[in-house]
Amino acid sequence: MMTGWVLATLILYLVSFAAYLRNLYAENTLLGRGAAVCLAVGLGLHYYAMIERARMLGAVPYEDLWGSLSLFAWLLGALYLGLELLHRGRSVGPFVLPFVIVLFSLSHLRNVSPHPALARGPLFALHITLNILAYSAFALAFVLSVIFLLQNRLLRRRKPGGMFWRFPAMDVLERMSRSSALVGVLALATGMICGFIWANRLQGHYWNGDPKEIISVLMLVFYAGYLVLAGQKAWRGARAAALCTFNFLFVMFSYSIVNIYLSRYHRFY
Amino acid sequence: MEIVLLGMNHRTAPVELRERVAFSAEQARLASAELRSRGVLAETMILSTCNRSELYGVPPESSEEAMMELERYFASLHEIDPAVLNSSLYRHRDVGVVRHVFRVAAGLDSMLLGEAEILGQVRDAYQAALEYGATGPVLNRMFQAALEVGKRVRSETEIGTRPVSVAFAGVKLAEQIFGKLSKHSALILGAGTVGEQVVEHLNDRGIARLLVANRSRERARELAARWNAEVVDWEDVERALIFPDMVVSSVSAAEAVLERGMIERAMAARGNRAMFLIDLGVPRNIAAEASELYNVYLYNVDDLAEIVEHNKSARAGEIPRVETIIEEHVRKFQDWQAGVEITAVLNDLRAKLGQEREEFLRERLAQAENISPAEREHITKLAKELLEDVLVSRVTRLRNVRDLRGRLRDLEAVRRLFGLDQEKP
Repeated sequence: MMTGWVLATLILYLVSFAAYLRNLYAENTLLGRGAAVCLAVGLGLHYYAMIERARMLGAVPYEDLWGSLSLFAWLLGALYLGLELLHRGRSVGPFVLPFVIVLFSLSHLRNVSPHPALARGPLFALHITLNILAYSAFALAFVLSVIFLLQNRLLRRRKPGGMFWRFPAMDVLERMSRSSALVGVLALATGMICGFIWANRLQGHYWNGDPKEIISVLMLVFYAGYLVLAGQKAWRGARAAALCTFNFLFVMFSYSIVNIYLSRYHRFY
Repeated sequence: MEIVLLGMNHRTAPVELRERVAFSAEQARLASAELRSRGVLAETMILSTCNRSELYGVPPESSEEAMMELERYFASLHEIDPAVLNSSLYRHRDVGVVRHVFRVAAGLDSMLLGEAEILGQVRDAYQAALEYGATGPVLNRMFQAALEVGKRVRSETEIGTRPVSVAFAGVKLAEQIFGKLSKHSALILGAGTVGEQVVEHLNDRGIARLLVANRSRERARELAARWNAEVVDWEDVERALIFPDMVVSSVSAAEAVLERGMIERAMAARGNRAMFLIDLGVPRNIAAEASELYNVYLYNVDDLAEIVEHNKSARAGEIPRVETIIEEHVRKFQDWQAGVEITAVLNDLRAKLGQEREEFLRERLAQAENISPAEREHITKLAKELLEDVLVSRVTRLRNVRDLRGRLRDLEAVRRLFGLDQEKP
C-alpha cells in the first residue's frame, strides 16, 4: 500500500543506496554525506509511515507481519547510521541498505485492514521492540562478518583489488560486528525477560514451551557463544566471523518459519 | 591583467640543473621583492620543490617584456648559461598558467602521479608569499582556487588513494588488517632500502613500538638509534616473535630466516592474534608455507610489486575525472577574471564619460537662456541617467558573450575606442 510517506521513504532509501554504492566505487565525501543524509531523512519519513500505518490499523505497527518487518527495517537503518557515525566509515552502507529497502518494501505489499486494538500495555511493547532491535543488530553483525570474510579471502589470496582498500580495517569490522552482536544479545535477553513476565501475568506461568521461545533461547546461546569465542585463541578472526554468519540462520528461521508456521503465540515478531 | 609562468620540472630538466635553480624560502622572498621593486612583476609567487622551480607573476604592462626579463633574471640569478637554461624552461601565459597550476596542485604534474605532498608544498609557498605581500588579487585568487582543486581532486577521485610504492603498499595493507597502527608493534629484520622506507612510513603512521634485529649487533644498535626502536638480539628473534603484529624482513641470507615452525609457535603463544609478515628478501627470508597458518598473512616483494602495478594503472584511470574537475575550475577562474575586467572597464568608462558629460552640459547650458535653475537641475539629472543606462546595459551585455577570448577582445576594443588606456596612470 503506497501512501505519500511510503513512496517518499522508498525513494530516499533508493537514492541513499545508489549514493553509498557509488561512494564505494569512487569515494566522494559529498556523495557519502548525501547518502547518510538521505538515509537519515528516509528514517524520519519511515517513522511517520509507521505512525500512519498504526493509525489505519488502529493498533501498534507490529500488530501484523508487515508492520513488524517495517519496524525491523527501521531499527536496522537506525542502528547502521549510529555505527556509521561512531566509526566514521561508509563502506558498509551499500550492504546494509538493500536489507532495509527489501524489508521496507515487503512491509507495504499488503493493504492495511483495521484490527480491533488489543490493549497490551508497555511491557508487551518493550518486549516486541527489543526483540526486533535484537534481530536488526544480528543482521548488522551478519553483514559485517560477511565483509570480514570477504576481506580475509582477498588478503589471503594476495589479490586486494579496488574494493579491498575501501572497506574498514578488518580489526574494525571485527569490533563492529562484536559490538553489534552484543547489542543484539542484550536486547534479546531483556526483550525475552519482558516477554516472560508478560506471559506470567497473563497466563500464570513464564515458560510456555513455544517453538519461538526455544529458538530464541538457542539464538541467545549461539550469539553469546560467538561473543565469547571471538576472543578465544582458536576462534578469533575468520572462524568467529563464520560463526556469526552462521548464527544469522537462526534469526531468519525464527523470523520466517517459526513465526508463520510453528509458533502458537508469536505470530509476527 | 595577464598572468605569466616561467619554470622547469622533472620532465624538462635533469636533477643536476633542477638543483641549481632551486629557491630556498629566503631566496624566494628576496627574488620576489626584487622583481617587484624593479617593476618586472606586480604580483609574484615562487614555487620551488625538489621536482620543480616555478616563477608565477602578474606583469604590470606587457607580458612579452616581462617574460624576457624573467628569463634573463633566472639565468643571472643562478649563474647559468641562458642557452642551456632556455631549452629546459617552459613558459605559460594566462589560461595556460591557470591550468598548469591546477594540474600541479592536483598531482597530475608530479613524478608519482597523484602524490599528496605537492599540495602541501603549494600551500606553504603560497602562504609564505601571502605573508610577505608578494601576491595580489590575481595570484591570490588563482592559488586559492588551485588549493581547492587539489582538495577536491583528492576527496572526489581515487588519484591518490591507493598505495603506489612497495613500502607504502605494505604499510597500507597492515592498516587494512589492524586499523590504526598506534596500538601495534613491528619487528624489523635486517635493513634494505625498501625496509627502511617501510620503517619511515610506520613511524609516520605512529606505530606504537618498533623492534630491530640484525646479525651485526652494532648495526642493529645504529638502526635502533636512528629509528627510535628497541634492539632484539639475533639469537632471540624467535622468542621476540610473540610480540609484534607485523614483521618486515630484508636479510640477505641463502636460507629462510623464519621457518614455518617458528611462526607457528609464535602464533600459539600470542593467542592467534593476526600477524602480518612482509618478506622483502631475495632469496626469500620467510618460509612460504607459513602463509597456510591461521591468521598469518604473508606477502613477499613480488606480491607487493603486483599490487603497486595494479594501483598505478588504477590511478592513471582517474586522470579523465581529475581533468574534468580542473577544467571546471579553469572556467570559473576565467569567469571571475572577465568579471573583474568588465567592472574595471565600466568604472573607467563611467569616470571618463562622466567628465565629458559635465563639460558638455556646462558649455551648452551656459549658452542657453530662459532656463530656470530647476530645469537645469532636471536636465543634468536626465543626462546622468541616460549615460548610466547606456553604459550599464551595453557593457554588461559583454558578460553574456559566451566565449571568453571574444569577451576579452571586445573589452579591449571598448578600451581602445574610448581611449581608456591613455587615461590610465
